[in-house]
This record gives sequence, C-alpha cells and structure tokens, in this order.
Amino acid sequence: MHSAIVDRPLDPAALVAAVSSPACGAVVLFVGTVRATNDGRAVTGIEYSSYPAMAERELAAIVAETAAGVEGARIAVEHRVGTLALGEASVAIAVAHGHRAPAYEASRRVIEEIKRRVPVWKREHYADGTRAWVHAGTGAPAALEPVS
Amino acid sequence: MTVRVLLFASYADVLGAAAIDVDLPAGATVRELMASVRQRAGADRLPPAPLVAVNQRYASLDTRIAEHDEVAIIPPVAGG
Repeated sequence: MHSAIVDRPLDPAALVAAVSSPACGAVVLFVGTVRATNDGRAVTGIEYSSYPAMAERELAAIVAETAAGVEGARIAVEHRVGTLALGEASVAIAVAHGHRAPAYEASRRVIEEIKRRVPVWKREHYADGTRAWVHAGTGAPAALEPVS
Repeated sequence: MTVRVLLFASYADVLGAAAIDVDLPAGATVRELMASVRQRAGADRLPPAPLVAVNQRYASLDTRIAEHDEVAIIPPVAGG
C-alpha cells in the first residue's frame, strides 16, 4: 500500500507498477484531472493546497480502511498540490485485485472518501483573471465527528 | 493557556493569517475555542459550524483542548 501528498507531477504508470502482481487479474487506474470549465466558468488552472500532515494521515487511513473492506485489494494513491494547468493530474489511484469488480469497488471508495475528508483545497483561476476557492460541499457531514 | 490555531484556504483569507493564537481557560473545549475565534475581525464570514481538527483528527464541539495540542479550523474540503 502506498499513499502520499506530493508537489510534483503525478506518475500514474508508477502507481500501476507499484500495485501490479501476478496474483492480480485486474488493475483499475483512476486519474482526476483539471477541467477547463466549472459551473459554466472558463478555468485556466487550479491551485491545490493542503493541511499536509493531516492530509497524509487521512489518505493513509482511507487506504487502510479500503484495503480492510475490500479484501485482497492492493492500493497506491497520490494527490498533488501546487498550481496545476488544464489537463494535469491532481489525483491518481491504482488498485489491483484478483478480479475486476472488487478493484473497481475499492477505487471508487478511495476517491469518494478523498473528496469527503482529506483536507485539500482548491482555488480555481478563471479566464477573466479572477480566482476563487471551491467549496465542493456544504462542509463535512456530521458523520465525520467522533462519538464523544 | 495559549493555543495555536491553524487556518487554511478561504478561512486563512477571511481571518488574514495562516495561524492565530487564542487564549483559553485550561480544559476548554472546541466550542469555547470557536466562541473566542468569532470575536476576531473577519470571523463573521466563517460558517455557523466549521469543522475543527485537534491533533490532526476531526473533533466535535465537546472535544477538550490541551495547551500543546495542534488545532486547526478546516474549510470544506475540495480534493480530487
């Protein structure tokens, strides 16, 4: 298993290589990339920032939980921070498994959990020269709070 | 006790700093911390119930804070 927050271009092929094994009949690779439009506005790039220590911790926890929940899944994930141009990869998730259905399932779980709880933020840069923080949700759900 | 509170992204912008020091009574909770933070200039632009992390874990309003804890107010995440 591998997880990291990095400030360099992602290498999805390296993540595929890291999880691949002769025991696995399926490898799923998900790559999230910077899109040219959001909510109808022309985007020229996205600046990603994080709470580094907590983002690393949450990402590692997501990988561990997913590997525990999808038995046999081998997972490698990296999320990039810094200023990314259109089309560049912001997140890459490679999952290998003996069979395709659990591989897809684990890949989906990892990206959904990243979006729900890893402290990473993005500020979009628009064609008109303005910039704005993207608040994808309305704040994390109460389910994130520990029972206390 | 004085607690260092980390701020990120839009919250750092509205409070004008990447970190602030907050004076709190010993044994204070996240609820008391947020009440104090709300006295700051710009804090009226924070949402009603922002997420708070203590020692890099999501906390509740009742979580107690100790002097050397690492506390952060977490804007809605937008990774991926």
